[in-house]
Formats: sequence, C-alpha cells, structure tokens
Amino acid sequence: MSHKQAGGPPGESAVDWCLYQLNGAAEFEVSEADIISTVEFNHTGELLATGDKGGRVVIFQREPESKNEPYNQGEYNVYSTFQSHEPEFDYLKSLEIEEKINKIKWLPQQNAAHSLLSTNDKTIKLWKITERDKRPEGYNLKDEEGKLKDLSTVTSLQVPVLKPMDLMVEVTPRRIFANGHTYHVNSISVNSDCETYMSADDLRINLWHLAITDRSFNIVDIKPANMEDLTEVITASEFHPHHCNLFVYSSSKGSLRLCDMRASALCDKHSKLYEEPEDPSNRSFFSEIISSVSDVKFSHSGRYMLTRDYLTVKVWDLNMETKPVETYQVHDYLRSKLCSLYENDCIFDKFECAWNGSDSVIMTGAYNNFFRMFDRNTKRDVTLEASRESSKPRAILKPRRVCVGGKRRKDDISVDSLDFTKKILHTAWHPTENIIAIAATNNLYIFQDKVNSEMH
Amino acid sequence: MFLTPVVPHWPFYNLDTMFVRGLKRKCFDGEEDIEGTLAGIKAIPSYNLQRQSLLDMSLVKLQLCHMLVEPNLCRSVLIANTVRQIQEEMTQDGTWQMIHTQSTGQASLDRLVSTDILCRSSREQAEGKHVSGYSAFNKDFEGDQAQDSSETMSTASSVQAPRNLQSNVWEMENPQENKGNFQKSLDQIFETLENKSPNSVEDLFSEVDNSYYDLDTMLTGMMSNTKMGHCDGLETFSSPTATASNSNFKSDLNELDHIVEILVES
Repeated sequence: MSHKQAGGPPGESAVDWCLYQLNGAAEFEVSEADIISTVEFNHTGELLATGDKGGRVVIFQREPESKNEPYNQGEYNVYSTFQSHEPEFDYLKSLEIEEKINKIKWLPQQNAAHSLLSTNDKTIKLWKITERDKRPEGYNLKDEEGKLKDLSTVTSLQVPVLKPMDLMVEVTPRRIFANGHTYHVNSISVNSDCETYMSADDLRINLWHLAITDRSFNIVDIKPANMEDLTEVITASEFHPHHCNLFVYSSSKGSLRLCDMRASALCDKHSKLYEEPEDPSNRSFFSEIISSVSDVKFSHSGRYMLTRDYLTVKVWDLNMETKPVETYQVHDYLRSKLCSLYENDCIFDKFECAWNGSDSVIMTGAYNNFFRMFDRNTKRDVTLEASRESSKPRAILKPRRVCVGGKRRKDDISVDSLDFTKKILHTAWHPTENIIAIAATNNLYIFQDKVNSEMH
Repeated sequence: MFLTPVVPHWPFYNLDTMFVRGLKRKCFDGEEDIEGTLAGIKAIPSYNLQRQSLLDMSLVKLQLCHMLVEPNLCRSVLIANTVRQIQEEMTQDGTWQMIHTQSTGQASLDRLVSTDILCRSSREQAEGKHVSGYSAFNKDFEGDQAQDSSETMSTASSVQAPRNLQSNVWEMENPQENKGNFQKSLDQIFETLENKSPNSVEDLFSEVDNSYYDLDTMLTGMMSNTKMGHCDGLETFSSPTATASNSNFKSDLNELDHIVEILVES
C-alpha cells in the first residue's frame, strides 16, 4: 500500500475528501455530556482519542489492513472507553470543577503499552493502555476459577502455560498530577525528551516530570502582583517538536512568546516575541478580542508556528518576529457581525488549528459545521461541511460557499443563515496520511482522501 | 455554563455596521451647534449611544459571572479590557461627564429600554427617517432619576477624569453620588481571594438586583425569533436574577464585589 503524499505533490489537483465514518448519536439524542471537547491522533495515527464534556475518553483504533476484509480497511473502531475525570467540588470557593476533558496528548510509544495525558481544568492524569490477549492457565495452587485448591489433591507440579484469550484492553491511571494549578488548564504538551511535559493555565505554566506527581516547576508566571492590573492571560502553549528547551505560549492580546528554558528557571522573559502591529483601519472595540490567539501549533518541521485567532489563521516563521509570513481569512464575513457575536458570546469561541503531515496544508473549524483548509503552496482554500445531510459515505464532499450579499450561486449559504450553535472547534489531522477527524458537537467525523481510501 | 450562543438577532445588526467602521466618535459634523450642549448631544451621532449600549452589555456580561462553575478568566479579562477601552474613550471625549448622572430610581430598566430605542433609532437612521426614537431616548434620560450609572459604567470614571462640564444639562446631583470610582469597581473583579472571605453562592444571588431580570426578559423577547440550541443558556440567564430580591442601586457596587468571589482565587 502506498500512502498518497499528504497534501498531494505540488501541481496536482487538490485532495478530494469523502466521509469515511461517523460516530455519535443523532442530534435529538444529544446530551451535554456527549459533546466532544478534544480530538487527538497518536504519533503513528493508529489510535485516535476523543474527550468529552462528561469526562470520558474514547479511543479508536485503526483496523490493520488485511486482504480478507477489504471493506474494513483503515476503519477506526472503538478500542477503549473510560471515565477519565469526575466532577469535583472546590469547597474553598464553593465552585464546581468541571470534568470536561480540555486536552489529550499522547506520549510517544516506548513499549507495548500506549500512554496518554488527559486534563480537565485542574488535574492532569497519565493513563496507560495495555492489551491483554493471553492468560496463564494451569496454576498449582489455584483452580480454574481462582479458588484455592485443597492441597491434598495436588499430586504433581505443573508449569502454568499462557493460552490465548479474547482481547482485553485495560486502562489504568498511572499518575495523577493534582494541585498544580489555581486557574484553568488550557493546554498540555509533551516534551521531545519524553520525560517532561508542561501544563498551562490562564496565568502560569508548569513543568512536570512524567514520573513525579508531588512536585512541578513553575516556568512562566504572568500573574500581576496586583490582580487589578490583569489585562492579559495565557491562551495556549506548546513545546517545540525537536528542541526540548524551547516552547511557545500565546496570549489573549494576540502575541506569541518563544521561551528558552536554558536561559533561566523562570521564563518570564521571552527569547522572542511575535506580534503583528494592529491595522489602524480595522480598529474597533473588538480588535483586541478578535486578536486573542485561541490555538498555537508548531509545524512538524519545527520551523513554523500556526496560530488561530477569531477571524484568521496565521503562519509564523520562527525567525521573524515582526509579522506572520502567511495570513489566511477563515470567515472574514463575520467582521461586520462582531457586535452580535460579542453579545451572544460566540466571539469568545476558541477554535483549534492543525497542520497536515507535510506542513503544506492547514485546517481549522468555523461555524455552521464548516471547516476550512488552506493549501500553502497553491494558495487555494476550501470550505467543507461536516453534517449528516451533506455527507454520504464515500461520496466526495462538495465545497461550500458563504455569500455576503451580492450575487448568490445555488447552494451558497448566506451569512445570516449560518448556525452559530454548530461550531467546529476541534479538529485533528493524521500525522502522515490524508485522514482528518472533525468533532461536531457530539459527532466524530472521519474524512479521508478519496484516493487514499480506494486504495485499501 | 455560559449563555448558549444563538444566531445573532437583528436589532444589533446596525450596531455591527457602526462598530465595523471603527471610527472614533465623529465629533461634530457640520451642522452641530457646539455651544448648546443639549443641541450638541442631540446631534451627536448614535455612535455614542451605541458605545454606551456596548458598555452596558459588557457590564452585564461581567455580572453574569455568578455561576456554579468558575467562569472563564480569559473571557472576563477581554470583556473588562473592552469596558476600560470604552471608558477611556468616553473620558477623552468628555462624554463621560454627560452620561454620568443621576440620582435614585430604576435606572437600569429605563436604560435598557433606551437600548431598544437605540436599536430602532439606528435602523431608522439607516433608512434615512427622522430619528423620532432618539428624542424619546433623550426624554428618558432627562426624566431619569436613576441612581446610578453605577451598574453600568457606573460610576465614575477614574478619579482623574476632568470635571469641567459643569454646565452640562445632564449632570445632576453631586459627584459624591458616584462613590467608588469605576476603575476601582472594575478592579475589584480581579481582587484575589486573599483579601476577601469566601462567599457562598446564595449570598451572591441575594445581592443581585432584581432589575436585571427585566433585562433578561427584554433581551429574551428581542431574541424570540432566533434559534436556540439548548435552553440552558436562557435559563442560566434568567434564573439567578429571578431569585434576587429588590435592592437599592447602591448595592450594585457591592454586587461587583461579589463577582470577585467567583473570579478570584488564593
């Protein structure tokens, strides 16, 4: 099987996406707890984890290909489901702590087991996922059901043998990293050294060792001495994919700070500050809000960073701090609606963004169950929809278009008809192939490149 | 759980147009008479009113933070920054003095009504009609014995704000009414728990002014055509205030104190 190069070689026609599978109940059966709050592929793409508002994690595993069942090739089936976090109550403040899973990050696989970190607002947990497909039989002291044998019946010794059994997936919490955060955790990121990871909340970032739960190092603290002076919070952060000493964090004022942990123990002074000066012609009372960065992701190469703010996605070159090298409009037609979106709180929605495996295409979600892809090479972009109605399995997704008044083509949707309750906040791209996972409320859509899926 | 977002509703569409231009308040176009402040105010484009409305909305958003779950700090900071921005601009404009007023009464309800008229009036303006709604707004303002703009911006701008517009017809009563300057009230929102003792959720609700219930009903009414996802948003919106008892507007400042409880930590 050959993998179609993610994004396609330059010059070839764009990727055709089609719905591969859809998991999740129909709309009228949705309960709040089922709303998916995070999606993440592991490093090989074999596993896909989702977290939801109810604190559950569902892991999907891709079926290995086999000639016997060609139609099941590459399908992601439920591998394991477990309750990661439970609702808690903070007695000191008389507040509930939500069990919603904010982020999941996979650890690189080091042995037969898989490990992932999952976090809610306050507590990060390390889960180990193991398979058991054999069990020992023929104990000397215990019988088949595990009851102790009557010793007088034991006349000879036998060596227990391992016999195959039905596959069982066991998930155990190996570490619980609690009490590290006063504010709400918004990101976690595993270091390339595979020994440490960081967790960021609104005002602080902590560095943890994966094996030590009772201690963490604070590496960034932007809490002002006087809380009255608070005007900026941390919105996202990530470790550099290759350099274990570098990490970036974004702020609500639209700036990015690259920090080097070698410089000092407390990385309050950034090594580099990435900020684009405001466009005076577009200035409004909402300028700051829409400049707030909701997600930051390093490219696989480590050379670029991708940021998402309310209306755009931007690609930054680590070597250039003054402005992004590329800016893509996600839904500029909303610029004239900012006041309404402020009123109904949509302006505070935090959209995520993603790179494809070769860093040639970037993807992000929008409203009305639309998601957008931008090809950095061809400069072409496409709007697709994740909905039951518009996605028949194996049928190619039709590009959508939002019209802003003026001439309207058939099948266009007007800005005023957009459904702002249907937002695609969480998306993930397979590390090497053209497979994407899109979370739309409680539904998980997996789209594949048509060519890719036909080859299986 | 926050307000469940709904499809933007129509009355604010024109607000959007206004804000998109991102203009500083267009001070006085040709025809205004700068001297007569009353006339001047009437001629000021609805930008000021819309800015005021945005301010009101922002403060309500901040006050809706008495929920069971700790509210989003990022959202609160962004809203607070927006409020500060408006306040600064209004202070520079001198409009701060003008709006600043009033004595006792049910300010908020009238003010909310005025928001509705505001929207209507801007639509009419857009259509080129005479802004009759505008004068109605003025009347409301005039007859307004409202205690305090404390619930809105309330309160005083920062202490440094120039108080030179004494001739202003809107300015009633004494500055002493505006105790606790705005800046302080806003900042209290971010005070740490170290300075305050934890308050129970019930205390919080009991302090909430009942008049906000009316805001809820009004906005709900305005949004009746829009699609609502879950009803959670609406219920969250109206339920805390519904249980509140009537309280004097002076308690608004105390109310802000209570917001702190939620946004704060040790």
